[in-house]
Amino acid sequence: MMKRAKRGVPEGLWMRCPGCQQTIFRKEAEKRLGVCPECDYHWYVPARERIRQVLDEGTFEEWDEYLEPTDPLSFVDKKPYCERLKEEQERTGLRDAALVGTGMIRARRVAFGVTDSSFIMGSMGSVVGEKLTRTVERATEEQLPLIIISGSGGGARMHEGMLSLMQMAKVSAALARFDSAGGLFISVLTNPTMGGVAASFASLGDVVFAEPKALIGFAGPRTIKATIRIELPKGFQTSEFLLEHGFVDRIVCRRDLKSEIARTIDYCGK
Amino acid sequence: MAGTSHRLSFERPIYELEARLEKLEAKPQQTPEVRNEIRRLRRELIELKKKIYGHLKPWQTVEVARHPDRPMTTDYLELVFDEFIELHGDKCFGDDRAIRTGWAKLDTYRVMVVGHQKGRTLQERSTCNYGFAHPEGYRKAIGKMRLAAKFHMPVICLIDTGGAHPGIGAEERGQAQVIANSMFEMSRLPTPIICVVIGEGGSGGALGIGVGDRVSMLEHAYYSVISPEGCAGILWKSHTFKEQAAEALKMTSKDLLKLGVVDDVIREPLGGAHRDHHRMASKLKLHLRNYLRELVGRPIDQLLQERYEKFRRMGVFLESAGPEQQAPAEQPQQPEAEKAAQPVAVDL
Repeated sequence: MMKRAKRGVPEGLWMRCPGCQQTIFRKEAEKRLGVCPECDYHWYVPARERIRQVLDEGTFEEWDEYLEPTDPLSFVDKKPYCERLKEEQERTGLRDAALVGTGMIRARRVAFGVTDSSFIMGSMGSVVGEKLTRTVERATEEQLPLIIISGSGGGARMHEGMLSLMQMAKVSAALARFDSAGGLFISVLTNPTMGGVAASFASLGDVVFAEPKALIGFAGPRTIKATIRIELPKGFQTSEFLLEHGFVDRIVCRRDLKSEIARTIDYCGK
Repeated sequence: MAGTSHRLSFERPIYELEARLEKLEAKPQQTPEVRNEIRRLRRELIELKKKIYGHLKPWQTVEVARHPDRPMTTDYLELVFDEFIELHGDKCFGDDRAIRTGWAKLDTYRVMVVGHQKGRTLQERSTCNYGFAHPEGYRKAIGKMRLAAKFHMPVICLIDTGGAHPGIGAEERGQAQVIANSMFEMSRLPTPIICVVIGEGGSGGALGIGVGDRVSMLEHAYYSVISPEGCAGILWKSHTFKEQAAEALKMTSKDLLKLGVVDDVIREPLGGAHRDHHRMASKLKLHLRNYLRELVGRPIDQLLQERYEKFRRMGVFLESAGPEQQAPAEQPQQPEAEKAAQPVAVDL
């Protein structure tokens, strides 16, 4: 079996860019918010780091921090889901794949959520669904602009079965109320945003931003290849592909994300 | 059904017994002994079906749900409704034959029916892409639902799909976006919506027309976050583990009723819906009629509030008060009671 490449910026002075395979000085990459100085490839950023990048320093106040996943189906594949959860929690320092709360973006108060693609592929189970739904509801009550940054290759989390699928409906329903109440939702798609996450809240932004060259789509490339048995076109399911086909408003580089969000909030008078 | 060509392996004893019975019944000379034997075999056949269908394994349920002779949307359109006037097209790209939409009459109710269609003959199957809908299908569905709401017609969704189509065109035309938008709009559509999973409830493709005031399932249908084959491929790295996956995913009507994902399970005729379309249809009709009676005329605000709360309750998680109150906490929580007490956001 092939060993999967480690996500994120590895320990050490130098690292290899997954985009252009160049050896990059780690400090330089970090200074550029995890973007390759050679090819502009946007690396994975952990949720906490993302909060530091997007929100004004020290303004983040976490909501529903103590929601924890459980194992309602007693799901066992190669290992029990409850063990998998423990391992993921230890490895990532997160309770589940989403962090939510409130904070400031260039002094504008927002409700904010982010999913971390390293926690079981950033998939949405009951906790991610509940956290996001509560955030949307609070944003509705407090009339805050809502920003959700998605990074989820896993879509709806299989280990919680249909309860995961139902989170898609739950969050979408909350967003529909937020919409009816006149709320502004900016959805930011990052690498990767797939499956049930792409097919629910991530696609429902009033304004949809995507980081360059992110993988975004409904069905995974492998699934599609297995179904139709032809080679997929180059650049298929990238941010640029989505922009071309009309499903993304703007492709936004990481360094501009903060100001782009702030500007959008201002344009919408929120 | 007569002329069954597709035989499920676990049904073999049923077919063998039926063959024996048929042979006896065909005998020109019916002596009392033969007649007794026939009666005995008939009783035995009923017992056998009860035994086999009473203890279907999850994977066997999937096989029944996919049975090519199982009644499909068009069968129900004929058997349950008095009239069906198909409305085609999404007014944007095309007419996806994997989803049928149109006006229908059930007793005195005028309704909008939206249903996946898999097709039975090879040609029909390829026309409807085996029930795997494209974005234009979901766009058509939500368009017709809006039309129904405008003229105060309830919507009936019949779900029967392996999933939304995974393909290049589907991605180009925004499969993820249309499914998201369907749920978004259905959650606030101002008319009653009744959803029934009649066969396969394949993930987002099913949920794309699955947000309603009542969601029920036929007894041997399944409804799953991912196909058992897909799940086995990802988590076990091999499709041969599909039976384990089907077990683990808790996708049967019984499990989903327990989890609160569906409101009701509609019993199937003995030996599965594929054995008796008429009886299945009349059971479905009874069920739909009851729901229509219950929901039609309910104030729209109340209807939408209850629909919201229905989906709002879904999910199981732990919630503790934090480190300073490490108390008993950590108990699995169906956030039902707690949520009901909370003010629910701003209304429409």
